[in-house]
Amino acid sequence: MATQGALAIRHAGKIYDPEGVHVVALDDVSVDIGAGEFCVIVGPSGCGKTTLLNAVAGFDQLTDGEIVMDEQLLASPGRKLLPGPDRMVVFQHGALFPWKTVLWNVACGPIAQNRMTPTEANEKARELLGRVGLAGAEKQYSGELSGGQKRRVEIVRALMNDPKILLLDEPFRALDALTKSVVQEYLLELYDYSRKTVFFITHDLEEAIFLADNVVVMTTRPGRVKKIVRVDMPRPRTHEVTTTDRFLQLKSELGAAIHEEALRAFEAGERELA
Amino acid sequence: MASPDTTTALESAAEMVSVRYPWRIRVRRWLRSPRPYRAALGIGVFFLAWYLLIDAFKVWRFGELPGLVNSTQEWLSADPIFGVSLFTAEYYRHIWTSFARVFAAFFAAITLGVPIGILMGWRRIFFGLTFPILEILRPIPILAWIPLAILLLPGREIPIIGLTFLAAFFVTILNTLLGVRSIDQVYFRAAQSLGFSQSHILWHVIIPGALPYIFVGFQIGMGACWFSLVAAEILSGSAGLGYKVWETYYYVQFPTMVITMATLGLCGYLSSGLVRIVGNRLMRWRAKLLAGV
Repeated sequence: MATQGALAIRHAGKIYDPEGVHVVALDDVSVDIGAGEFCVIVGPSGCGKTTLLNAVAGFDQLTDGEIVMDEQLLASPGRKLLPGPDRMVVFQHGALFPWKTVLWNVACGPIAQNRMTPTEANEKARELLGRVGLAGAEKQYSGELSGGQKRRVEIVRALMNDPKILLLDEPFRALDALTKSVVQEYLLELYDYSRKTVFFITHDLEEAIFLADNVVVMTTRPGRVKKIVRVDMPRPRTHEVTTTDRFLQLKSELGAAIHEEALRAFEAGERELA
Repeated sequence: MASPDTTTALESAAEMVSVRYPWRIRVRRWLRSPRPYRAALGIGVFFLAWYLLIDAFKVWRFGELPGLVNSTQEWLSADPIFGVSLFTAEYYRHIWTSFARVFAAFFAAITLGVPIGILMGWRRIFFGLTFPILEILRPIPILAWIPLAILLLPGREIPIIGLTFLAAFFVTILNTLLGVRSIDQVYFRAAQSLGFSQSHILWHVIIPGALPYIFVGFQIGMGACWFSLVAAEILSGSAGLGYKVWETYYYVQFPTMVITMATLGLCGYLSSGLVRIVGNRLMRWRAKLLAGV
């Protein structure tokens, strides 16, 4: 079991443009993620999920509260931004460098950080690529890959850096349903293998339940924590669990909460348009 | 200037797709496609119009101009009337002089322009300092710089190269800047997450990310070089194709004038093509990306 990567988000708040439009993106969000836990944040669009992830990643600062990982303060208002390889991000639209080969993309992190020699990094990269069924793709440019392959490469790239936590921002959003289920299983396999803490954002409820230890439902603007539900289904999981009674029970329990928020978000959108 | 270069970029994108195949297959494919025949037809119509307007019917003032038959004969003659043809040393001396000036100016422009453009795109302070003055200097036509170049730069050769340089210099800076700006922020974030140093970001994110735009800038810059070279040579040269165009006009050697003009066109085309080939070599990832779409 992982002993590192416990994340505490305490009373996190984020206001965009406080002097002008004053949009409250996050309001008093507190989430505790244990070391090695798979936490999924679900909520409608515009609920501040990505804002929260960016604050954890160190791309954007909070305006209130703090984020602590393993007793180390990562973010609090006015502090310098601290992005780094201890918190690897898998981006919504992907961020593999298209001008580099798959192997280069995967191996570059540890080489840049001087943690591995190029030979070691390439060897490790090949091993991990093989694990997700991409052994033959290493010499291709990342732009040549399909959406599902890119996602797998990106997750592997993140794991190469031995982060304390993996941050995934709706990584499977653009994939078709079939590809999605395959890549989800690969992610779980990698999770079972590495036992990193995972902070995963989605608006797909089934995906959330299938992957998570804990599902955090967020409210729409301002983003608050509405509900935290523990998913007590055993691991390793395959897609067969999505038809079990427990899965359906969790789905209906969470579904009600999310539907309410989706409606509110929809109405808010209508108001904004009117 | 923008629209023809857009087409060139699109065409080169299409050509890049076939980069991987051996040239024999590429040539065969090219011959099977309608492209060479369309090009031949377009050029044919141009020469036919030339022949009809001048040689055959002497339409209006076109009658004063050198005919197609005359000019071609002069160009291919071993003993040309006005002393310049494919078989004279003077012809190649002018070509060589112009080429040497263009390439000297072009390489100076890209060695200075690319780093400046990268700094402008990457560092906000540097952008703030340099962009306004650049935008004021950039629209000044090259012809307007000629007196200043003559006053400032010594000798005869350096002012010409300086003027030629200037045109490509601004274009290179601007396109490099745009190239850096065009890189999606997500790549910078990814690089930060991966723990890249500043030099890593420069070499593995900024330069390859901006390269497509940089090479578009090189192509436009190469064109601009030939354009301003001729202007500079006309005013203060003693050799070179631009000089020869003006000299032959002055001495009423019209067939030679037309030959020199055509040679200028071919030289410009060849040097732009060279830039494109180098660019395609450096950006194979893009060829494959475009092929996959």
